[in-house]
Amino acid sequence: MRQTDLAIIGAGPAGLAAALEAATAGAKVILLERDEWLGGQLVKQTHQFFGSKKEFAGMRGIDIATHFSEQIEKNKDIEVFTGATALGYYEDGVLTAAYSGRMLKIKPKTMLVASGAMEKMIPFNNNDLPGVYGAGAVQTLMNVYGVAPGKRVLMVGAGNIGLIVSYQLMQAGIEVEAIIEGSSQVGGYWVHASKIRRMGVPILTNHTILKAIGEEKVEGALITEIDENWKPLEGTEREVSVDNICLAVGLSPLAELLWQAGCQMEFSPQLGGYVPVRDEDLETSQEGIYIAGDVAGIEEATSAILEGQLAGISAARKMGFAVEDKKIEQIKENLKSLRAGPVGEHIRQGLAQVER
Amino acid sequence: MKDDVILCFCEDLTREEVREAIKKGSDSFEALKRLIRCGMGACQGKTCEENIQREIMAITGKTREELPLQRQRPPSVGIFLQDAARGDNDEK
Repeated sequence: MRQTDLAIIGAGPAGLAAALEAATAGAKVILLERDEWLGGQLVKQTHQFFGSKKEFAGMRGIDIATHFSEQIEKNKDIEVFTGATALGYYEDGVLTAAYSGRMLKIKPKTMLVASGAMEKMIPFNNNDLPGVYGAGAVQTLMNVYGVAPGKRVLMVGAGNIGLIVSYQLMQAGIEVEAIIEGSSQVGGYWVHASKIRRMGVPILTNHTILKAIGEEKVEGALITEIDENWKPLEGTEREVSVDNICLAVGLSPLAELLWQAGCQMEFSPQLGGYVPVRDEDLETSQEGIYIAGDVAGIEEATSAILEGQLAGISAARKMGFAVEDKKIEQIKENLKSLRAGPVGEHIRQGLAQVER
Repeated sequence: MKDDVILCFCEDLTREEVREAIKKGSDSFEALKRLIRCGMGACQGKTCEENIQREIMAITGKTREELPLQRQRPPSVGIFLQDAARGDNDEK
């Protein structure tokens, strides 16, 4: 059995930032990552971040991952396990993980779950045809492995992921037939939507997919206009010719460990599904168990980094390591300004419901 | 249009099969799991649970608050028995 001050599940933006903050405060950290590399979804993000300089604006996601990984590898207080999948959290406070043909057992003083999220799937006819992809898979094929996922894509969902992946597809020389979006508005940032429109790709709001067409693989899709209750409008159905249907219809928090630990959970549509109730330091209803990143509510990488910093430093303070109050206040201030404005409104609403 | 929608990809369950089972009285995810194995495959319900919850709500009229999710137990992903049996190397 391994003992440590803080066990972190997930080495995406939240987990990496948390590990560094906690270790800087003096805590011993074990960092578990399911993939063979650090960075989580950052490694697929070939686009530049924007926002403020102190939060990596201007850097590409993959470079942010490298930036963090280098610091983590140098830090003797952080023990990293890659290829390690967290399996369970037990009543006696023991965490288990599958790792290299065995089962790690860790007894941490505090734990941070930064396990991220999983893509949602929408039901439509023939949705099991080869050629129906999640946007994350398309991004992995393209940006991590250099494999073209098709020749012509129908993107479903005009949130930031749908918009950014569409743009990256075009950068890779793949055509995007259209982006369809069920609601009446583009969910992602205008700066991404404008780039797409300038390249001549239509963004069809109030549209959904009815069916994937094809026998052995996707050869097209049947799409339709819908009313505000998502009912198809008769006579608006049409076929588009594509070999890839890419779903970017949202993410769900990956919260199994938190359920196992008995954390109080609440359903928040704004945050992507069931998320843990937490205090302002990101501690859940179970003492010593913290959350950060998408598992705490679907947001984006910059907020995940800030939440990671906050949770890591809060966990360290809880264990008695000296932490300047000023530093914690500064991170909270940064999060607040990131979530200000109309784009952050749904996040603010969601958080108001689950923060105690 | 024929309903040929897959809800649980791991266990290859169509929306029609799920709806029939709900109508026969399996009115929670746990009950459905015992009858038709939804959520028992590789992804452990991460893909289908939300969509199946919506089907249960639509057919039974129950609200989300009245509908418990499946119980989460370790291990949260499949592992080889030999790995579990081997335990942690430190203990050898």
